[in-house]
Amino acid sequence: MADQDNNKMTIIATKGTFDWAFPPFIIASTGVAMDKEVTIFFTFYGLNLLLKDTSKLRVSPIGNPSMPMKMPFGPKWLQKIDFGPKIPNVLWNIPGAESLVTWLMKKTMAKHGVAKIEELRSMCQEFDVKFIACEMTVELFGFDKADFIDGVEFAGAASYFDEAATGDHHLYM
Amino acid sequence: MADETLDASGLNCPLPILKTKKALSKMDAGKILDVISTDAGSVKDIEAFCNQTGNKLISTTEDGGKYIFTIERVV
Repeated sequence: MADQDNNKMTIIATKGTFDWAFPPFIIASTGVAMDKEVTIFFTFYGLNLLLKDTSKLRVSPIGNPSMPMKMPFGPKWLQKIDFGPKIPNVLWNIPGAESLVTWLMKKTMAKHGVAKIEELRSMCQEFDVKFIACEMTVELFGFDKADFIDGVEFAGAASYFDEAATGDHHLYM
Repeated sequence: MADETLDASGLNCPLPILKTKKALSKMDAGKILDVISTDAGSVKDIEAFCNQTGNKLISTTEDGGKYIFTIERVV
């Protein structure tokens, strides 16, 4: 059983790429399903994960050397090849490369029954995960608050510490 | 016999857990839920979920790549 006095969990979500959108929402939704009380503090590029329109999130193959790049379709021998180490990084600068890689990753995820970002995010909200957007970086990057999903609180680092005052699980992602 | 059955076939981590939680939360204490999953990771995860939430994992069976978890809603 979860210790009711010590069941707080917080996550600081700092990354705004398509691939890194998943860990905060997966861990938060699972934590809250396991009776934790979860808060995610979104700051810097992590703010992108709170936008109503997530279609602009991209996975970048540039400077991402450990990302396996396998075809989600085609013959088995082709699907086994990891193109990641085979393609020179300079080629990923071609316009459209990011969109292509993002599209392939979405296909791969759908094939494996991985939830969509919006699905995980709305499950978090359904289970009462608290979303806090860092007010300072919202203003710094010129985000329009109307572009964020409903139910987001806007606050600063001190509010994060208030949330993180108890509990054993405080993660930076 | 289970009171409810949740088919989470084809879904991957963490969806079987999230859907299990949702299904259990709509049930009364003492009721039995069968969860069907094709995600091998859910064998450890359902066990961990039950440990943490206080629900009782009555049995786990495997049948040709399909896992069936029988869970009693306790709290």
